[in-house]
Amino acid sequence: MEAIIEPLMGGLLEAFQPINLAMMVVGCIIGLFVGAMPGLGSVNGVAILLPITFLVPPNAAIIFLAAIYYGAMYGGAISSITMGIPGASTAVATVFDGRPLALAGKGDQALMAAALASFIGGSVAAVMFTLAAPPLAAFALSFGPQEEFALMVLAFATFIGLGGDDIPKTLFSIFIGLVLAAVGFDIISGQPRLVFFDIDGFLRGINFLVLAIGIYGIGEILWTMEQSGGKMQVQYVKSSFRSIVENFKRAKDYLGTAIFSGVLGYFVGVLPAAGATPASLMAYGLAKTFSKNPESYGKGNVTGVAAPESANNAASTGSMLPMLTLGIPGSPTTAILLGGMIIWGLRPGPLLFVEHPDFVWGLIGSMYMANLFTVIINIAFIPIFVRVLVMPFTILAPIIFVLCLVGGYSPNASLHDVWLMVLFGAAGYILRKLDYPVAPAVLAIVLGGLAERSLRQSLLSSQGDPMTFVERPLSGIILFCAVALIMVPVIRRLLPKREKAAAGASDGEG
Amino acid sequence: MTVRTAELWVAVILAIMSAGIMWKSTELNIGWIAGSGPGGGAWPFWLAGGMLVTSIWTIVRWFRRATPQSRSTEIFMSADTVAIVGPVVVGLVLLLIGTHIIGMYFSVFLFMIAFVRFLGRHSWFMTLSLAVAAPVVMFLLFEWALTTSLPKGISEPLFYPLYDLIY
Repeated sequence: MEAIIEPLMGGLLEAFQPINLAMMVVGCIIGLFVGAMPGLGSVNGVAILLPITFLVPPNAAIIFLAAIYYGAMYGGAISSITMGIPGASTAVATVFDGRPLALAGKGDQALMAAALASFIGGSVAAVMFTLAAPPLAAFALSFGPQEEFALMVLAFATFIGLGGDDIPKTLFSIFIGLVLAAVGFDIISGQPRLVFFDIDGFLRGINFLVLAIGIYGIGEILWTMEQSGGKMQVQYVKSSFRSIVENFKRAKDYLGTAIFSGVLGYFVGVLPAAGATPASLMAYGLAKTFSKNPESYGKGNVTGVAAPESANNAASTGSMLPMLTLGIPGSPTTAILLGGMIIWGLRPGPLLFVEHPDFVWGLIGSMYMANLFTVIINIAFIPIFVRVLVMPFTILAPIIFVLCLVGGYSPNASLHDVWLMVLFGAAGYILRKLDYPVAPAVLAIVLGGLAERSLRQSLLSSQGDPMTFVERPLSGIILFCAVALIMVPVIRRLLPKREKAAAGASDGEG
Repeated sequence: MTVRTAELWVAVILAIMSAGIMWKSTELNIGWIAGSGPGGGAWPFWLAGGMLVTSIWTIVRWFRRATPQSRSTEIFMSADTVAIVGPVVVGLVLLLIGTHIIGMYFSVFLFMIAFVRFLGRHSWFMTLSLAVAAPVVMFLLFEWALTTSLPKGISEPLFYPLYDLIY
């Protein structure tokens, strides 16, 4: 226990450094904004703003980006409740009860429940994270290249088993991400590789940011511009000091549900394909199932707001666990954080705890701090956020495009990258319209280099015998889990009756 | 073009692209090199092979009408969508071409005017304040704080007095 408390105190102090504290507060505010803005989520904010973080040291940069991540989880609820449009996909379940509450004039109750539940979920997850991360990282120190490769297979298998998207399209997305990561030079022989059309720009390889900004910056904005044809109806929320105090007292009604949802969200968040959106939907479903009066859900039950909001915040913290301890991102947003760590010159993985304890513990300390700050900022500034939300997309969109332009240019000072980024953005938009999931590709381009290296190292040491992955007990177990996950959709198909029943049930929830 | 047609076309294009990457990978050894393990081309070759197989898998599913897209007769890009997305994509391409010629700062200025005024139909006051603020903030952030030079094309000489100020 002492082995945790001491570095945690150090981490909290690190998070209190003036620059880290300032970056955290700015990050929380930006996060609240991108989360609340329909069409923008944490992943967009983090992808677009990562290039700007080269201004500050890595410790401050990761704290800033992580704060955007948490802030976005809080912010999503604001537009779900006041406009009836989820600000981010992670806040879809918040609409179910948040919107009826706002229409009934109880918007302040709903917003308060969302903020407090987010805080509870985030805190529960931060504590679980602190307890789980050091032992997991210590355990992972014994991993060889076989285990590393097996873990990546497991990460991709979660997309097939739990992603719920079209399987061949998901696989395609994984493969193309890995291929894009292979462009540039062969890591072992040093020969140029996949230099398409002999364009020199490809010799530098394709920076993951080019794909991430292309897809989550340009592609997503095109998608949102297409979707946001209709006008938005904002439900203004009146809030006074007295109502804040009263709403605080109401928190005991959903405290238990929020804690349970936090635990659930944390575990779902750890899985790479699942993340905050399914976590919040599951938490809503379970809260309704175990409720004493389930028929009140969907008509304005405050617990129906608290459950998904607690879960999505906890999931965002949970998804940091595999990123920090194993070097495997638990969500698209953490995939981008992981890529950022590589740019900052850090090597993600269990060694991070040994080599850069100030970085790791500073981030963990910031989880607690950012949670506290976000809930305060959220409660204090809700009326302002609601005002900003009516900002037309035709002003926001060009600002984002310009941010994408400079963000795509600055890492390598290359216009070749920017052209590629626009191309990826347009392609990503078309593919998204046809239901190709894009998150696996972003995860794959970040992990591609590492995956190839660990595969080739393993094969080299075993003289080309692929059985090495199964013979080593740890990688064998991990690969077994991966195979089991891949079998999930197959098993589902073999049980057609159950699937129909399950589909009917989820329709009822929506 | 319906969604159904688009689904097939995209899958066919992706399959051709995959085959092209497989062919490109064979520039390096895709087999086993004694003493140094798999050749440099093997990894992308088999991954591109995976891309090809999954694209063909999608095409097979298209023929069997297994995906929702392959059953959909909706228009893939409706006139409304083209009217919104088309100008934006053209604008982005022009922004990049402009960056090559007149530099990023002036291109961003023109891009903001085009977008905010002509797509967004906002007031000239709003338009100009955004169009001027964007390049100024970019300059302060990148040239001054990050000391990263953004491309300026033929507008480079105009920046000489500013360089004297900040460097």
